[in-house]
Amino acid sequence: MANPLRDPRDRRIPRVAEPSVLVMFGVTGDLARKKLLPAIYDLANRGLLPPGFSLVGFARRNWVDQDFARLTYEAVREYARTAFREGVWQQVCDGVRFVSGEFSDDAAFDRLAEVVAGLDVERGTGGNRAFYLSIPPGQFPVVVRQLERSGLSGGKDEPGWRRVVIEKPFGHDLTSARDLNDLLASVFAPQSVFRIDHYLGKETVQNLLALRFANTLFEPIWNRRYVDHVQITMAEDIGIGGRAGDYDGIGAARDVIQNHLLQLLALTAMEEPVSFAFDALRAEKQKALSAVQIPDDPLTGTARGQYAAGWQGGIPVPGFLAEDGIAADSGTETYAAIRLGVDTRRWAGVPFFLRTGKRLATRMTEIAVIFQRAPHLPFNATDAKELGQNALVIRVQPDEGITMRFGSKVPGSAMEVRDVNMDFAYGESFTESSPEAYERLLLDVLVGDPPLFPGHEEVELSWKILDPIEEFWAANGRPEPYLAGTAGPACADAMMARDGRAWRRL
Amino acid sequence: MKVELIDTTASTVRNELMRMCQQMGGLTTGVVLNLVIMTDEADQYDAMRAATHAGREHPCQVVGVIARTGRRPRRLDAEVTVGENMPGQMLLLRMQGEMNEHVDSVLTPLLVPDTPVVIWWPGRAPKAPAADPVGVLGQRRITDVAADEAPRQRLLELAAGYRPGDTDLAWARTTNWRSLLAATLDRPYAGIIEAAVAAEADNPSADLMAAWLTGRLGVPVHQEVSDGPGVTEVSFMTGDGKIVINRADGRNATLSRPGEPDRFVALHRRDVAELLSEELRRLDPDDVYGETLAELAKAAAAAPVAGTDEE
Repeated sequence: MANPLRDPRDRRIPRVAEPSVLVMFGVTGDLARKKLLPAIYDLANRGLLPPGFSLVGFARRNWVDQDFARLTYEAVREYARTAFREGVWQQVCDGVRFVSGEFSDDAAFDRLAEVVAGLDVERGTGGNRAFYLSIPPGQFPVVVRQLERSGLSGGKDEPGWRRVVIEKPFGHDLTSARDLNDLLASVFAPQSVFRIDHYLGKETVQNLLALRFANTLFEPIWNRRYVDHVQITMAEDIGIGGRAGDYDGIGAARDVIQNHLLQLLALTAMEEPVSFAFDALRAEKQKALSAVQIPDDPLTGTARGQYAAGWQGGIPVPGFLAEDGIAADSGTETYAAIRLGVDTRRWAGVPFFLRTGKRLATRMTEIAVIFQRAPHLPFNATDAKELGQNALVIRVQPDEGITMRFGSKVPGSAMEVRDVNMDFAYGESFTESSPEAYERLLLDVLVGDPPLFPGHEEVELSWKILDPIEEFWAANGRPEPYLAGTAGPACADAMMARDGRAWRRL
Repeated sequence: MKVELIDTTASTVRNELMRMCQQMGGLTTGVVLNLVIMTDEADQYDAMRAATHAGREHPCQVVGVIARTGRRPRRLDAEVTVGENMPGQMLLLRMQGEMNEHVDSVLTPLLVPDTPVVIWWPGRAPKAPAADPVGVLGQRRITDVAADEAPRQRLLELAAGYRPGDTDLAWARTTNWRSLLAATLDRPYAGIIEAAVAAEADNPSADLMAAWLTGRLGVPVHQEVSDGPGVTEVSFMTGDGKIVINRADGRNATLSRPGEPDRFVALHRRDVAELLSEELRRLDPDDVYGETLAELAKAAAAAPVAGTDEE
């Protein structure tokens, strides 16, 4: 029965999640404390969680409900984006439960199933369950099996929906990605699996889609006829911090390029989807990814580096090999750059350069579309000496926005042309009130709105691009050291120079 | 940066604004809308503050207009503020004398061109906002009948003069309620036989909510008077019992459904800044509001004792 109070024209009434239970594994981790739990409160505060929404934590600690409620309370007080209101907290707190146990403990999962079933009755959650696996990927199989065994993942005839959320990395190569997918697919329907990459906020994706497909200004020049090359960068100024365990042996390419940068590439390079529906958007991204060509010679078409001790913003920082938990001879790269091609009529011959690194000079993520030089300049060579290539830069972070770079006459009696920037920021301070990425992600999961999450086909295509490069790297040499706080290793600059191009300055 | 201009002209204000913006680094570029506030000395402070707050979400040029009453010579005073507390820029214009008949002539040159204009009357508003000389400048016209002594009467006037783009903060005050009610009916329920809205006397939001429910559900909707604050209860009588949302303290509500334990829901009353932010989020006409006003007018025509409650 259609809800008589809902009307698509009534834009004031927001999408509210259905009554449901969110079961979180790994609640004591940083991500849960700093992002997920505050995001749940913020959603409730904005009126986007229904009465009856319940949160169940599962962890090894010997806790009762109140302990988990206290952890949640502290996380909310410290990290929530919106103002604290006692009433909202009370509403969230009423639905908080905790189940203590090991992942291997059948009895613990049976207790969990009982608690969740109890909530269905007590709070009217109607069998709707989302499982958030905020745990190391190695533990996915045992948890997924337990969900199946205990009946939590439900049968087809049971009422309500079941959804599962996993965070990147989605495997560490094609084989492991397939194993993970087979595992999930054996228990959950494909559209119930939500793959979250916290680097890639939905807001960014939608901004990019709006820029490309809501305007007429950019589309005509968005092709090989005008574009010289594309640079997609994610630079971080931090080191690996406490992530040694899951970074060593993984490296920058698997960590960032595999999903984040290749998703940005797909969104930049893809054709217009026929609609923004789940399938249509994924189909276009898949097409773009399947057209990606890796360099013929990985030696000249890729670069990798490892940060060495140096100064980062006035502070001396240790090198990667000196970080806690990293082997002194680790060959893991902390910087990776790749030159890719996209073999379509639109992009043939236009290189896409992807780079990412830790401990670089600054923190920024951007997509820079660099245009060809004008075929002829009716000025003296000296007049336009300082004129570079036009560029359209989509700044993802910090300071999300768009920069256009073009030549302009310098005021004065001489005819002199120089590059200028035209900037658009998503409102100077939209940030203050714009929802945090995790709020959107969680709401999408609870509402069941998946179109911007990558599907497993995209994940597999990304690994197909990356695997041969990783194999080449593993068999050939070591990453080149670069000083912390700089723009990366010299070999990355050399890779661009061979192409007659240069990286945008960080 | 703040500059006061006494006995000035619109073009001087404009030049000063441009000079200040240039000095501050070209702040006009981020402005997404013009927000014109038609206010008076008494309300000016609160209204400008609310606008500043809303401006954090929607960078805008705020233009406050105070028409000073009484016999005075023609004069325009202006306060120009750029880059303080908010991303956009703020003008406060005080007009007196016959200039008050021609406010639009002062405003037009001061609006950021090719950018949406929203007019907001925090207090007294014209009977038909869209027919007002200033109102025609805006694509969105925001009134607030709660500020009036006879809000029901005002709503009926607004209904008579309604044009797409009109909206009222009393309607925005119902959003959280309506959202919760809609979420309540997302779950299966037995057919609704009748509904009731309880609120303190003369509460225009209750009138709008009742009219909305009438139009949506097609069942009798009763209005009851309570001690407030604001709307205190909405209930649906269904085939298998009563669904009730009760909010006695203006902050937290209890949701009761037949055969289920009561549930606690946060449902706080929002301040004007939050309401204004909601209004500015969408600048296209609010058709549902228009239909609700029409519904209200229809009910009033059927029961000609307007302004009193049905019970």
